[in-house]
Amino acid sequence: MSKTPAALFDKVWDSHVVRHIEDGPDVLFIDRHFIHEVTSPVAFLGLESRGLKVMFPEKTFATADHNTPTINQHLPVQDPLSANQLKALETNSAKYGISHWGLGNPKNGIVHVVGPENGITLPGMTIVCGDSHTSTHGAFGAIAFGIGTSEVEMVLSSQCIMQPRPKKMRIKVNGKLGKGIVPKDVVLYIISKLTAAGATGYFVEFAGDVFENMSMEGRMTVCNMSIEMGARGGMIAPDETTFNYIKGREKAPKGEAWDKALAYWKTLKTEEGAFFDKEYDFAASDIEPMITYGTNPGLGIGITKKIPTAAEIGGSKASYEKSLGYMDFHEQESMLGKKVDYVFIGSCTNGRIEDFRAFASVIKGRKKADHVTAWIVPGSHIVEQQIREEGILDILLDAGFQLRQPGCSACLAMNDDKIPAGKYAVSTSNRNFEGRQGPGARTMLASPLVAAAAAVTGFVTDPRELI
Amino acid sequence: MAYDKFTILKSTAVPMPIENVDTDQIIPARFLKATERKGFGDNLFRDWRYEGDGTPKKDFVLNNPIYSGKILVGGKNFGSGSSREHAAWAIYDYGFRCVVSSFFADIFKNNSLNIGILPVQVSESFLDQIFKAIEANPKTELEVNLADQKISIVGGASESFEINGYKKHNMMNGFDDIDFLQSLKGDIQSFATKSIY
Repeated sequence: MSKTPAALFDKVWDSHVVRHIEDGPDVLFIDRHFIHEVTSPVAFLGLESRGLKVMFPEKTFATADHNTPTINQHLPVQDPLSANQLKALETNSAKYGISHWGLGNPKNGIVHVVGPENGITLPGMTIVCGDSHTSTHGAFGAIAFGIGTSEVEMVLSSQCIMQPRPKKMRIKVNGKLGKGIVPKDVVLYIISKLTAAGATGYFVEFAGDVFENMSMEGRMTVCNMSIEMGARGGMIAPDETTFNYIKGREKAPKGEAWDKALAYWKTLKTEEGAFFDKEYDFAASDIEPMITYGTNPGLGIGITKKIPTAAEIGGSKASYEKSLGYMDFHEQESMLGKKVDYVFIGSCTNGRIEDFRAFASVIKGRKKADHVTAWIVPGSHIVEQQIREEGILDILLDAGFQLRQPGCSACLAMNDDKIPAGKYAVSTSNRNFEGRQGPGARTMLASPLVAAAAAVTGFVTDPRELI
Repeated sequence: MAYDKFTILKSTAVPMPIENVDTDQIIPARFLKATERKGFGDNLFRDWRYEGDGTPKKDFVLNNPIYSGKILVGGKNFGSGSSREHAAWAIYDYGFRCVVSSFFADIFKNNSLNIGILPVQVSESFLDQIFKAIEANPKTELEVNLADQKISIVGGASESFEINGYKKHNMMNGFDDIDFLQSLKGDIQSFATKSIY
């Protein structure tokens, strides 16, 4: 009797089910748990009120990122509430024996940047964090997704969560990407086709030669944004690119353990004929540099296109009008030439070394536009170090930019990095919701290349004209 | 954290016929700095509810005394975005016990169930009927019967909704997953010894 062909998702999920509950969720064992200062304090309070311990402290890793300042990190944090949360993370980690890379630690950075770059994230794992962009780690062929604080408490106390099994979706993109088209464009394009809720209830596998030919940094950008189409997570089958990235990183397996792990990781592929509840196929040649014009990540277009009409978008006309009204944009306008006040490059979406290389490739030999304020924020201290070592810092400084210190920064504006009300930002982050980057701030999501083109021209500009 | 048992909820409802209400609207990130679960209801829908100087915005539904109740009725794709459970806490703390929509974001739905808010997913046409009934008469009551998995416009139409048996049992008894998982510790321990990670 032949076995039903399994998808990558099935292989990883099934190997982590401790118990299946009839007419209920699966009890899923979690291999890696990341925590940060914002969504963990109440979970630790919960543990204390129930008198519970952390079951496997060595499987949880703490880093401070959401609330941290991106200048003068050597000074005490000025906002007392932020300082209090950072202190709580430090105290809770110490109390329960959890490894903690807080502010000032050379390995500190955004949780979804530091996990992979230190070899904590590995193929075939289940990975959770109280942050929806945990989907980033799916780039390694892991099942990784964001959870709420009650679930953080579950993982701390039992290393498991209760999770209904999602449906499976496969999104293939095949062909050759044009000049100036980068992973961020690929994922913004997919979300614009599926809408911000198009993958809700699904776990997505990204497949096809566009992803096979992508770097790990690029794959992380893509999987990072799977939540922006509503997906529980996104994943890409591990291959030589993945193994080469992991090998030699601090927490990666070594010696015999490496050989054993590698043999297992090589089995993590979707088999021919595996079932998916939904499949999409896109052509790489259809993808342009992308930019969003509305207040959810599904409202994006090719940079040379015009803002669609409500009829073209479908759904509630009032909601669409509210969205365009917030941006002060109108149907059928061109995005090219719109004035840009702020540029933000960074975040767990585009805060890795490859993103800064791309940004630098456009600004090299040019100058920052006078009216633009640019915040350039590496995803981690290790990325910051690379920026210095590769000479990117010199390019930034020559062009009139400053480099800030690592953290989530203006992606969610919990610290002081807030875009002022009414101002327009081209941002390499992941969400353009109302007020996301500060009350009243207007966000246009785009790639590091589009951000760089906006930073030097001061307007929404097609980066292909500058490269 | 313990929550109230959910059996039958009969209440007027607050209508919010906006699609893609994301968690940054429900509770903006700058209000996530607490280390305790207290007072989040004050900042529920903060930037839709108040001007920058704290003056209530008159045209926002929570500031309109005509509408009140323990049920929030939202447009399609309610709760998209961040995993912050603070969004569900803010809704609970404000006094809602049930959110009705034609579509929920996954993480928001899980978070709600984990803290005792019942997310009721209805068809788009039924959602439309609810909005119309409330528009016609703001005193319209909805009745949500968890045992029967039925939501009704009191004096009008009704529709059944889905929830898995495990979560339904938990909601009806005020149980949570943490207690259940503690009872599986032996299984989890032996599972862990087999893990290559």
